[in-house]
Amino acid sequence: MTRNKYFIKQLSIFSENKSGRLAAVAKVFEESKVNIHAFSIAEANSFGVVRAIVDKPELAFDAFSKQNYALQYTDVLGIKMNDVPGGLYHVANLLGSIGINIEYAYAFRTGTFGTLIVKVSSPEDAVEKILAAGLELVPATDYNF
Amino acid sequence: MFWNEKMETLRGKELQELQLKRLKETVARTQNIGFYQKMFAEAGIRPEDIKTLDDLSKIPFTKKADLRGGYPFGFLAVPMSRINRIHTTSGTTGKPTVVAYTKNDLNSWSELIARNLTMVGLREGDMFQNASNYSLFTGGLGFHYGAERIGCAVVPAGVGNTKRQIEMIQDFGVNAIHCTPSYAMHLTEVAEDMHANLDSLRIGVFGAEAWSENMRRDLENRLNIKAYDSYGMSELFGPGVAFECPEQDGLHIWHDCYIVEIIDPKTGEVLPAGEKGEMVVTPLVKEAMPLLRYRTGDITMLMEDDCPCGRGQKIARLFGRSDDMLTVRGINVFPSQIEHVLKNIPEVGDQFMVYIDRVNHLDEMTIDVEINKHLFSGELSDLARLQNKIGKALHETLTLRANVQLVEPGSLPRFEGKAKRVVDRRTI
Repeated sequence: MTRNKYFIKQLSIFSENKSGRLAAVAKVFEESKVNIHAFSIAEANSFGVVRAIVDKPELAFDAFSKQNYALQYTDVLGIKMNDVPGGLYHVANLLGSIGINIEYAYAFRTGTFGTLIVKVSSPEDAVEKILAAGLELVPATDYNF
Repeated sequence: MFWNEKMETLRGKELQELQLKRLKETVARTQNIGFYQKMFAEAGIRPEDIKTLDDLSKIPFTKKADLRGGYPFGFLAVPMSRINRIHTTSGTTGKPTVVAYTKNDLNSWSELIARNLTMVGLREGDMFQNASNYSLFTGGLGFHYGAERIGCAVVPAGVGNTKRQIEMIQDFGVNAIHCTPSYAMHLTEVAEDMHANLDSLRIGVFGAEAWSENMRRDLENRLNIKAYDSYGMSELFGPGVAFECPEQDGLHIWHDCYIVEIIDPKTGEVLPAGEKGEMVVTPLVKEAMPLLRYRTGDITMLMEDDCPCGRGQKIARLFGRSDDMLTVRGINVFPSQIEHVLKNIPEVGDQFMVYIDRVNHLDEMTIDVEINKHLFSGELSDLARLQNKIGKALHETLTLRANVQLVEPGSLPRFEGKAKRVVDRRTI
């Protein structure tokens, strides 16, 4: 079993923080018929990074590249959470106790459970530790087809 | 009131004889400099061919780029043991231009400042606050020694800490201030907010950047002073080369120390009085770094020689530059300097744009920089680091803080032909 089956390909797209830019980014997904599962924006005053988990990352990457966007794949992990009060606490507490440092995170819900997307500095180690701690990771194939 | 009436009012034959004598001495001094030896050889002229003032036109121009080529000490005409001080100006490609002074040079320079300050009404016993940068920039020490020379009590205030500056004017009873005009506006506003009483202040000396007649009226009314324009550049000693008299109609340039020509910047043709062009200056009393026909890049014109104050022919207040040099907060900036800094940072893309604004009377420089999409890591923290790195590199080269904005690849205008990367949105 390879650990990287849990590496979800997130698209990280550089975008200026001004009106109309989100629509422009969304339009590229729409035109390339790529579906977005999860999406977040991190911004630092005048610019930001749009983070998206999509069904067809390669297709989206090509579409953005053709339009001269600066973008990059980032490997992130998806940790399953129970969709009940305390679900995030349970996961976060365990991650803390096994010494996983999260660079950034965002969450969304699919079906009956929640997913916490985390970016960690060394995903290979993290996969091992997370599984050993009894948490469940979402395989990348659940999102990236 | 004159500091040196004979020299300040010298004209006609007497002036021409002095200028010729000093020109010959200057030409002789330049022959200690490799650049000028080569120039004379290539132009087929010998120092002794300069027999009249008209012969000056046989000598080719010297440009700022030539000085850069001599970095650091290639333009010294005297041994280093005779150098008494060094200043630098920011260069166009990251390397500064170095200027050096002998003891006599420092003496000549402070003599000119003493003439200027006396001309606008400063006297022994007056208190002079020098709110100017005291480091490598010539504006600080230049005015400092000139004001000391006439017997003023000099307050070496330096730049910044505006409230303290105002308190000193008020508490010490300062009579005159020197700073950039934009800093003077800022100081005025802060003083008004503080309800400070600046009644002791009579004279403002403002220079190192362009300012309008409207700004003069505003400063004079609000500070209840007379405001005078000051012109200079480090290559010609520093400030004090030309200065307004109480007529406030053009600047007296000191003809015993500088020969002025106005040329068409495109053809090099010398233009008559009353026609605008680039000012070319041959300094006559510089020892350490003599220059011949130095192209200042500044656009002005020679005025009628009839000033009621009795001093010589004036130049008009500056109209602008013949090149793309900008003056931001009194500091010279060439767009090529910015380009040079950005090109050395791999994460920076192809295009940039510079915007200059005046916010609360102070110049603000904003630089939009496209990122290099091939080196984008995907991490916001790396972008923030890049933004800081660019800001720091620019500050090191320009000695100016710039507001750096990272923008998307392909989002800035592309230019066919000559790029127009600088948008000066200041209204003076």
